[in-house]
Amino acid sequence: MSWRGFLGRKEDTVIWIALKMLMGDKSKYFAIVFGVSFACFLITEQSAIFCGVMLRTTSQIRDTHGADIWVMNTGVRYVDDLKAISDDDLFRVRSVPGVAWAVNLYRGQGQAQLADGTYQGVILMGLDDASLTGAPTHMLVGKIGDLQFPDAILVDEAGFHQMWPGEPLHAGRVIEMNQRRAVVVGVYRASQTFMTMPIIYTRFSQATLFVPPTPTGRLTPFVLAKAQPGVDPEELTRRIAEQTDLKALTNVGFANLTMMYYLQHTGIPVNFGTTVLLAFLVGTAIAGQTFYLFTVENLKQFGTLKAMGMSDQRIVAMILIQGGVVGAIGYGVGVGLASAYGIFAQRAMPLLAFFLPWQVLALSAAAMTLIVLLASLLSIRRVLVLEPAIVFQGGA
Amino acid sequence: MNAAVQIARGATCRNLIKDYGSGDSRVRALRGLDLDIAPGELTLLVGPSGCGKTTLISILAGTLDPTSGDVSVLGVDLRRLSKYEKAAFRAKNVGFVFQQFNLLPALTAVENVAVPLVINGSSKAAAVTRAAEVLKAVGLGERVHSLPSQLSGGQQQRVAIARALVHQPRLLVADEPTSAIDARTGQAIMKLIRELALRPDRVAVVVTHDARVFDFGDRIVTLEDGRVAGAKRVERAVKNGQLTPA
Repeated sequence: MSWRGFLGRKEDTVIWIALKMLMGDKSKYFAIVFGVSFACFLITEQSAIFCGVMLRTTSQIRDTHGADIWVMNTGVRYVDDLKAISDDDLFRVRSVPGVAWAVNLYRGQGQAQLADGTYQGVILMGLDDASLTGAPTHMLVGKIGDLQFPDAILVDEAGFHQMWPGEPLHAGRVIEMNQRRAVVVGVYRASQTFMTMPIIYTRFSQATLFVPPTPTGRLTPFVLAKAQPGVDPEELTRRIAEQTDLKALTNVGFANLTMMYYLQHTGIPVNFGTTVLLAFLVGTAIAGQTFYLFTVENLKQFGTLKAMGMSDQRIVAMILIQGGVVGAIGYGVGVGLASAYGIFAQRAMPLLAFFLPWQVLALSAAAMTLIVLLASLLSIRRVLVLEPAIVFQGGA
Repeated sequence: MNAAVQIARGATCRNLIKDYGSGDSRVRALRGLDLDIAPGELTLLVGPSGCGKTTLISILAGTLDPTSGDVSVLGVDLRRLSKYEKAAFRAKNVGFVFQQFNLLPALTAVENVAVPLVINGSSKAAAVTRAAEVLKAVGLGERVHSLPSQLSGGQQQRVAIARALVHQPRLLVADEPTSAIDARTGQAIMKLIRELALRPDRVAVVVTHDARVFDFGDRIVTLEDGRVAGAKRVERAVKNGQLTPA
């Protein structure tokens, strides 16, 4: 049955009465809209923070520009799960048809000794000496090319402040790693990471000196590769995996693998899932109760309409229209509030993780639809069982 | 038109029984009630509280099903109608006046009056135009855009009467239409009901406790304990000439 057919020939009049009833009492109307908006805000905001936190687990992958494909040990489960591969693997990757170029990328954890003798754990990134592929793009002090100087390193902005609190960003600071001198030649802005350690970039050859030797002598955890023009990176990952027995993933694939690891092996989903679920339940309770109470308070009016011969179909349509309007307005206001919260809260608290992709908007829309439907169904049931004769009894 | 035909087009109840609840908590509101209501006259249902007046008009209006017995209104056997057919019957044929007016508070007077027309399929514009005419007829031409909360009790009941009559129903049921308003206004309301509701083909039934408005009826039916205890015609001679049906 079509929508118009469901409502009847003069469906516009049903909409008119439904909206009049809904918006007639301004205080009740705003209470319902507030309830639904608050529910939507809670769900959207919590989901966006969850997405923001998850996104941070992949910030190092997203900040590594220039390559299409990450090649790694088959046992790697996420970006911080460092398992070295053979130095020869770089050449094996380069030999795979469709690979335009491939370079080593060192990633590991080091210990930086500051001038005052204190130690600071750092994430150390070693870029291909010749091309500096994967270097940061947003430099605040210095330039990428300065990495070619001896002992040169780049430090991220947050890391700089962590190691030298209160100091303005500048080059020239010296630290020691593995008893080797390292000179800060530039400061860059990195995406917020899941960890809080400073991220130091240097050349690959330099990085091998900044960390102690490993028992196997292997240091390279990743090879970055670029597909030749016209070659599908996804297809190329399969080819590399087949020919090298290594794991090869696109940037997106590696980011997804990392996020899935955090989802499956950390308390994040449970803790955040609980929060999001609570937001959903609280939102459902608030929105559902206010809308249900609205219907209950209007039972006398619905009873009068039933007595006057309005069909159950039309009354159901009225309640659904009222629910739909409240849901749509509440969704708009709630999402708007969540977006504004994200913008302003991130300005005030840069560490706040907030990411609002379209999927969260779709999730919120689905949640609001569900909430409104649940509340409407409860209300509809209450109205459908209402005997029109009750209007004669002064109760209703 | 002979009496038999009039009764056929009025309302007829035969051995009407209505129980509320079940088992030990069952309450019998109507106990085999027999009644004929003729069109073209105003029938007042009177009697003590709990005698079954409201139950009877609910059944006559098609908003309540009897437990057993026969009820025919305007020649239609209501027991044979489905729920949807009954709603359609009410929409087309029944006008309601309630004790507490039951106006939709968010709608203006004219919009309230337009509702029955809208339910019957009129466009909003046509319904509002017609509703304004009827409001004018009940003396509220200046208050068409007022909300119910901005009207006095008497004015609200006038709006309710306009709403009950706007779609020209053939059955008017009024439940204590004067009980929530003062005596003088109540008399005016009853006068209005007589003037506007009475037509040769129209059945009008008013439930009332208010003895001061008994003179406005053509026939007074007294209920007691779920049955008709008596019925009498109101002598026209005692009535004010102005109250003669149109």
